[in-house]
Amino acid sequence: MSTEMLPYTVKPHPVTGIYSGKLGMWLFLASEVMLFGAFFSTYIFLRVGATSWPTGHEMGLSWKIGAFNTLVLIISSVTMVLAWASLKMKNLGKAKMYLTVTLALAVLFLVVKIAFEYVPKLSAGHGPSYNNFYALYFTMTGLHGLHILGGIVVIGYFIGPGAALWHKDPDYYTNRIECTGLYWHFVDLVWIFLFPIYYLM
Amino acid sequence: MAEDHANISKHVRLYMAVFAVLAVFTVVTVAVGQVHIAKPWNFVIGLAIATIKALLVAWVFMHLKWDRQGTVWMTLGLCAVFFVALITLPVLISRDVPPQAGPHPWAGMQSHVTSHADHAGH
Repeated sequence: MSTEMLPYTVKPHPVTGIYSGKLGMWLFLASEVMLFGAFFSTYIFLRVGATSWPTGHEMGLSWKIGAFNTLVLIISSVTMVLAWASLKMKNLGKAKMYLTVTLALAVLFLVVKIAFEYVPKLSAGHGPSYNNFYALYFTMTGLHGLHILGGIVVIGYFIGPGAALWHKDPDYYTNRIECTGLYWHFVDLVWIFLFPIYYLM
Repeated sequence: MAEDHANISKHVRLYMAVFAVLAVFTVVTVAVGQVHIAKPWNFVIGLAIATIKALLVAWVFMHLKWDRQGTVWMTLGLCAVFFVALITLPVLISRDVPPQAGPHPWAGMQSHVTSHADHAGH
């Protein structure tokens, strides 16, 4: 019986040329492009079809909060990739430090979003049913926020119990962090588009 | 290995450089949003900056610069095809839909947004 439960977790697959986890993550991200793409398409469809469309400022969105959250996510992307680089340099302590900073920034993003954006708007009765702008805003940023939450769970796992894999198979653990990073950078990428279309245009 | 360390150190320098560029582009995006630029150029400029930022994240942070395997590029190609289809198909299909007679079913909820259908038949 083979001791390797999953093949090609470290060495590249002979057909694809990459380890299987990376291919799996890219395929998943392709499905995520379709998911968010459908919502971006809806946004274009509704905005182009409207005789008038409010700006983010008119709808009470603060570009300062949006810009702050954008920088938070960009920094978290940097710390995520630095965590992977630290693992490639065989420094687990530094990697865990970068992962913890990434986690903290992700939590900060959600706290700012919920406390300073969602709660005031919902308290004032400006929820998804108020108009098309808010319907799209809450749906798209809410879906994005759920993705952030999912990332928080995964990163938390790899800081905590998941880190035990480093001692068993460090290359496998490094690859899993790289795949987590791919997911996290995609989440950052989505926000890079959400920020201008809702807050600035 | 020493060679890996040297390569990874180069990677780290590149990551920090890209971070600086992303931060600058974020400031530029905000600045462009504050200046009144005629449509559609405000959309074009804003989305162009967002696209450049996205490409930098994908090229460097997501390691596409170093992953030359065709598999990843084929997957991305598929992504691109689906994304373009999702964006363009609804716009193309909507041209065949005749204007709706009568008020829009959501007219009462759209206090800040009106659609072309609201004006059909008036």
